[in-house]
Amino acid sequence: MSKSKPDHQVSGKLNQQTSQERFDHQLIINLITSETRVLDLGCGDGTLLSKLIERKKCKVTGIEIDEQAIYECVAKGVSVSHADINTGLSDFSNKRFDYVILNESLQQILHPQEIILEALRVGKKVIVGIPNFCHSKARFQIFFSGMVPVTKELPYQWYNTPNLRFLSLKDFRLFCRQNQIKILKEIGIADGKTIKYWPNLFANVGIYLLEK
Amino acid sequence: MDSTSLGTVETKYQTFCQPPHELILKSGEKLGPITQAYETYGELNKDKSNAILVFHALTGDAHAAGFHADAKKPGWWDPMIGPGKAFDTDKYFLICANVIGGCKGSTGPSSINPKTGKPYGLSFPVVTLPDMVEAQKRLIDHLGIKKLLCVTGGSMGGLLALKWAIDYPDSIQSTIAIATNYRHTAQQIALHEVARQAIMSDPDWLGGDYYGKSTPARGLSLARMIGHITYMSETSMEEKFGRKLIGKEKLGYDFSHDFEVESYLKYRSGNFVQRFDANSYLYLSKALDYFDLAEDGHGKLADAVAKAKCDFLVISFTSDWLYPPYQAKELVRALKSNNLDVTEILINTSYGHDAFLVEVDNQARLIKAYLERMNKQYVKIQT
Repeated sequence: MSKSKPDHQVSGKLNQQTSQERFDHQLIINLITSETRVLDLGCGDGTLLSKLIERKKCKVTGIEIDEQAIYECVAKGVSVSHADINTGLSDFSNKRFDYVILNESLQQILHPQEIILEALRVGKKVIVGIPNFCHSKARFQIFFSGMVPVTKELPYQWYNTPNLRFLSLKDFRLFCRQNQIKILKEIGIADGKTIKYWPNLFANVGIYLLEK
Repeated sequence: MDSTSLGTVETKYQTFCQPPHELILKSGEKLGPITQAYETYGELNKDKSNAILVFHALTGDAHAAGFHADAKKPGWWDPMIGPGKAFDTDKYFLICANVIGGCKGSTGPSSINPKTGKPYGLSFPVVTLPDMVEAQKRLIDHLGIKKLLCVTGGSMGGLLALKWAIDYPDSIQSTIAIATNYRHTAQQIALHEVARQAIMSDPDWLGGDYYGKSTPARGLSLARMIGHITYMSETSMEEKFGRKLIGKEKLGYDFSHDFEVESYLKYRSGNFVQRFDANSYLYLSKALDYFDLAEDGHGKLADAVAKAKCDFLVISFTSDWLYPPYQAKELVRALKSNNLDVTEILINTSYGHDAFLVEVDNQARLIKAYLERMNKQYVKIQT
């Protein structure tokens, strides 16, 4: 899945090198133990995976559908499969990976339930990043303008959005409960900061560490 | 000559398997002595860790890059091999050998049988892809290389590289398999059979005993025409020729050549019969049809590739209908199910099967970066 999505930039307090790094990437990297096996579904140009190689000495592989992104991955030294994440997982044996990452691709998947369960089959832990469609800004827009929300984080119109699934952090928690998936961690993010209180209202993105 | 060309290169020869130490072929027959023609490019480093073995395709040869003295055309993979190119000869030491059974300097049906003093013809034993791989392993041993950085090839070359990865798993760091599959399907065998029948039905073929007489040029030329069509795609042929007429304004309404594509096939196949032996075409095409990578796994590809240890880069092309990408995908799945490190890409191109020879830019980008990673890993293991 190619990713044309807004970067979640961190605030200017951090140094030059890390200030260019996506905040969600930082959080995901922090969730991952060193020297583990990681699969990134919809890995894009391999930025996150290459950082996991560099900083955590992980053994990584990605699945990505965009041909140009594959060249970028290989240039970064990332092992990658040119495949659709809807079909790419069946090749892997059970618990083959320590972590499977599904960052900002879930909302663009036709059968997200199947993919999450498959990810939990091939991975010991799964990291999911989802955009929150019930962020306060979105709620205000729906309430006051009576129109489907278009925000900085969700910049698409109804007719050109790549998103197929519209969910909130609360929806996702319910989904996990219904599928007996354990949420080991939930981190809400907005504007390069973590949101401690009322994440379903104030977070643009939710990052989850899951286990089954 | 530009700075990315290897300039003048020479073919070298190695002769081995002198009787009574013949090579025992898969068929049980013995072959020896065997000569292999090979070329090398770049320098082998001190610890012999920068060697890459390139396997050629059905009608290729040891001359992969650079120019032979007085030649106008370079080797068959020249855009990919040379200083600063994908297979960078400033960094790596490349080896390419003509397969046994071939006709470009390695022992094959057109070679002289030392027992009779005459060309082998059909008395040449049937050689298989595993036999070709084993013969080239002897060459690599002869060069004193214990572990190759990479084995690679397109089409038949890809199959040979894959076979190497299974047969000699400890002797390589990586395999780059391009425009390849793991065994021939009925359609692929059928296409080869038509080509073989074209050769064998030429009255000049004489049961393979045509050496010193006129060669079965018509049959071989027809075989090549069939092959050539399968190497292109409908789109690439349409783009290249369309319905353009050749040397005339109007249709001739006779059976002379009307369309450009007709004369192109005639021209290309005419060149081919000058440089290729008809019997070698029979032997090599049959070897390809016999080959089945899944054989070692009793029909299960995943079991067969379980012996492999190296990393893989598998490249296929959208318009390749001779070796369709789904076959490469099956191979990738089998490799992945064995927890091997696999990178796969399906390159969007209209060139068809020939893309591995002509779709240079994307392949070069990919291979260059991939080899850098393999080189780093290899150096790490060494130290």
